[in-house]
Amino acid sequence: MATRLMFENSCEVGVFSKLTNAYCLVAIGGSESFYSTFEAELADHIPVVKTSIAGTRIVGRICAGNKNGLLLPHNTTDQELQHLRNSLPDQVVVQRVDERLSALGNCIACNDHVALTHTDLDRETEELIADVLGVEVFRQTIAGNILVGSYCTFSNRGGLVHPHTSIEDLDELSTLLQVPLVAGTVNRGSEVIAAGMVVNDWTAFCGADTTATELSVIESVFKLREAQPTAIVDEMRKSLIDSYV
Amino acid sequence: MAESSMFRVPQTIGHILCCKCGVPIVPNGANMCVTCLRSEVDITEGLKKHVIIMHCPECDSYFEPPRTWIKAQLESKELLKFCIGKLGDLNKKVRLVDASFVWTEPHSKRIKVKLTVQKEVLNGAILEQSYVVEYVQQDHMCESCTRIQANPDQWVAAVQLRQHVPHRRTFFYLEQLILKHGAASQAIKIKQVDEGIDFFFANRSHAMRFVEFVGKVTPLRNRHDKQLVSHDPKSNNYNYKYTFSVEICPICREDLICLPPKVATSLGNLGPIVICTKVTDRIALLDPFTLRHCFLSADQYWRVPFKSLFTSRQFVEYIVLDVEPVSNEVDFGGTKYKLADVQVARKSDFGRNDNIFYVRTHLGHLLNAGDYALGYDIYGANSNDMELDKYRGLTLPDAILVKKSYGEKHEKKRGKARPWKLKSLEMEVDESKGRSDNDKMASEYEGFLRDLEENPELRFNISLYRNREYQPSENASMTTGDDLPSVPLEELLADLDISDDEDEENNMRD
Repeated sequence: MATRLMFENSCEVGVFSKLTNAYCLVAIGGSESFYSTFEAELADHIPVVKTSIAGTRIVGRICAGNKNGLLLPHNTTDQELQHLRNSLPDQVVVQRVDERLSALGNCIACNDHVALTHTDLDRETEELIADVLGVEVFRQTIAGNILVGSYCTFSNRGGLVHPHTSIEDLDELSTLLQVPLVAGTVNRGSEVIAAGMVVNDWTAFCGADTTATELSVIESVFKLREAQPTAIVDEMRKSLIDSYV
Repeated sequence: MAESSMFRVPQTIGHILCCKCGVPIVPNGANMCVTCLRSEVDITEGLKKHVIIMHCPECDSYFEPPRTWIKAQLESKELLKFCIGKLGDLNKKVRLVDASFVWTEPHSKRIKVKLTVQKEVLNGAILEQSYVVEYVQQDHMCESCTRIQANPDQWVAAVQLRQHVPHRRTFFYLEQLILKHGAASQAIKIKQVDEGIDFFFANRSHAMRFVEFVGKVTPLRNRHDKQLVSHDPKSNNYNYKYTFSVEICPICREDLICLPPKVATSLGNLGPIVICTKVTDRIALLDPFTLRHCFLSADQYWRVPFKSLFTSRQFVEYIVLDVEPVSNEVDFGGTKYKLADVQVARKSDFGRNDNIFYVRTHLGHLLNAGDYALGYDIYGANSNDMELDKYRGLTLPDAILVKKSYGEKHEKKRGKARPWKLKSLEMEVDESKGRSDNDKMASEYEGFLRDLEENPELRFNISLYRNREYQPSENASMTTGDDLPSVPLEELLADLDISDDEDEENNMRD
C-alpha cells in the first residue's frame, strides 16, 4: 500500500526518511504528522527511529542500509551512532564508513540481496558494503547518471528507475538485480526517484505531488497490493528468536 | 590498431506512462504527454491577441507610427511583416516558428494571423503552440490622400523650364529623354507654355531631383524661391510653395555663333565664327576653318552669355558644284571632318544667275559634286549682331555649310509612315497666349524626327519603339546613289503592351 505525505511542505520524502524491511529512520523537526504517518503504518512491525545523522535532517540520502546492516558516513557523531545502535534491532550491524563520497544514500542503492553503487566508490567501501549489508555489489550507472542511489530505488520485489533509461539498460539491470524493473517518475514527473519515495517489501511512502498514475505504477511494480506485512515480519522473527524462555 | 572503436550498445528509449493521464509516452523533460503539458502551461500567456491598426482606404496603406504609411495588399508579404511587427518584440518571450493569414471577409475590417510559437517549459521540454491574433482595421485617411482630396491641383514645388529661342526642338528632345529616364514620374502636372514647359511636384526634393536631371543633359542656370502658404505658430511648422526657375541656354545644335572677344580668347583664340555641334551638359563648338574643337561648360557660358548669329531656321540650300579636299580626314570624338574648298551656288540662284561662292568647309568627307547642302548665307544676310561689330578687320566668308541635305528624297518620303515611333509626355497645352499654331508645331516635330533619323548619336539616349502600323510599301526600296539614312531595325524597342491578353507579353522578346 502506498501512502502520500509531505515533510515540511516538501514532497521529497526519500530525503528525510530511510525505510528497510527491519527498521525505519525518520528525520527530526517539522510537524509530528510526518512521524506519525510512518508510525501508523509501521509501528506494529518494525521500529521507527527519529534521528539526525551528522547533525543533518537529510537522513535518507546520507545513509544506506537494508535488514542486515546500516552504513553511516564518517561525520556521524558518536552520540548519533550510539543512539542508533540502541534503537535498532540487535541483528542490524551499524557501521560508520570512512569514504570520500559521504552521501551514501545517493551512492548506494540496495535491497536485501544486491546493491548498485557509484562507480567511483573506494574498494574498501565496496568490501565493507558486501560484509555489513550481506549483498552482492555491482558498480553501475542509471541512464548515464552515476548517482545510482538517487535515480533508482528497489526492494526485494521490484524496482523503479529513471524514466530515460533505455530498454537495453533496463534488461541488464533487471538481470543483475533479479527483480522486475520499470522506468517511471514520481512526484508529478520528477526523475529523482529515490528522493521522492521510500519503499520496502510491503509498503511505500511517496511525496504528495505523486499522481494517481505514478502511484498505480509504483504499486504494481513493487507488488504492494497483495503484500501482507505480518507474513514477512513473522519470517524474520523466526530467525531472530532462538527460544522462548 | 585502427579499429579499436568501443562497442556501444544500441540504446532504444522505452516508454513511460504520462504522470497525469497514464498514456504511454516517450520520456521528455516534463515526463508528461503533450496534452497534459498543454493543459498545464499556456505559452501564449502575456502575448497580444488583439491589435488595432490604421488603414487608409484611398491608397490602401497602413499606418506605421510615427509618420510613415506602408502600402500593402491584403494577404501579402508586406502586410504579414507589418502585422507581426505590431505585436511588439516577440523574440523576448517566445520563438516564432510560423506565421500565416487566416482568411477573413475583406469588408469585415478584420485581419487574422495564425502564429506558431515555441517555448521551453518545465526542465527543458520545448512546447509548440499555435494561436490566432486578430487585427481590427480602423479607417483613417493618410496625410497625402487628405491633401489630394482637399485640393487636387495642389502642388508644393514647381519647375519652370524656359529656353528663349523661337523653336521647340530642345523641348522635343528633352521630352524623349525624360520619358526614357522616367524623371517626371513624380510630377503631378505638366503644362506646356510659350517657350517652355512647367512641371509641378508634390515634394520639394522631387523637384530638385528633376532639376538636377535636366542639368545633366542641358546647360542651364536656375534660381529658386519659396512662398509662405501657411504657418503654425505653436509647433513652428511652415508650409511653403517652392518655385525653381530654370533657363536653358539658347545655343542649339547647328547654330552659327560669333563668340564675344573675351570668350574667344579664353578658349585659346578660337576663331570668332564657330558652329555649335552638340549640346549636352556642355556646349561643343567647332571652328569650321581650323577644325578646332572645344567645350564650354554651363557656368562658363552663363558668365558671359552670348546669342547665336544664325539658327537652323535660317538654313539656305546650296548645290555643290565642285569639291577640292584640302586636308586629310580627322576624327574628333567619333565624328569625322575634312577640310575642303568647295564651289557652291544657292539653289535659288542655280540656273538663274551665275552667283558662285568659293568657300571652305569642314564637310569635305560628305560632299560630292551634285550634292545638296544646307548652310548659312552670310553674303545675303544682314546681321545685326553686337559681337560682330566688336571685331575689326574680320573677313566673313560668303557662306558656311553646316550639313548635307537630302532635300529631294525627303520630298518623296513626306507623308509616308516611319517604321518607328516615339512616345510623348502627357502635357496640358496653354492656349491662352494664342500660340496654337499647330501647323508650325507639326513641321517642327517632323524636322525633329528627321534629325533623329540622320543622327545616331542623338538617338543614343532615346527609346524608339516599333511602329506596328507601319507597312513598307513595295516600291519604297529603290534608293539610287546614296542611301537615305534611316533607323536600323536593331535599335528599335518593341513597345510593351501590358494588357489582359497574355500573349502580348511574348512580343517583348522580339
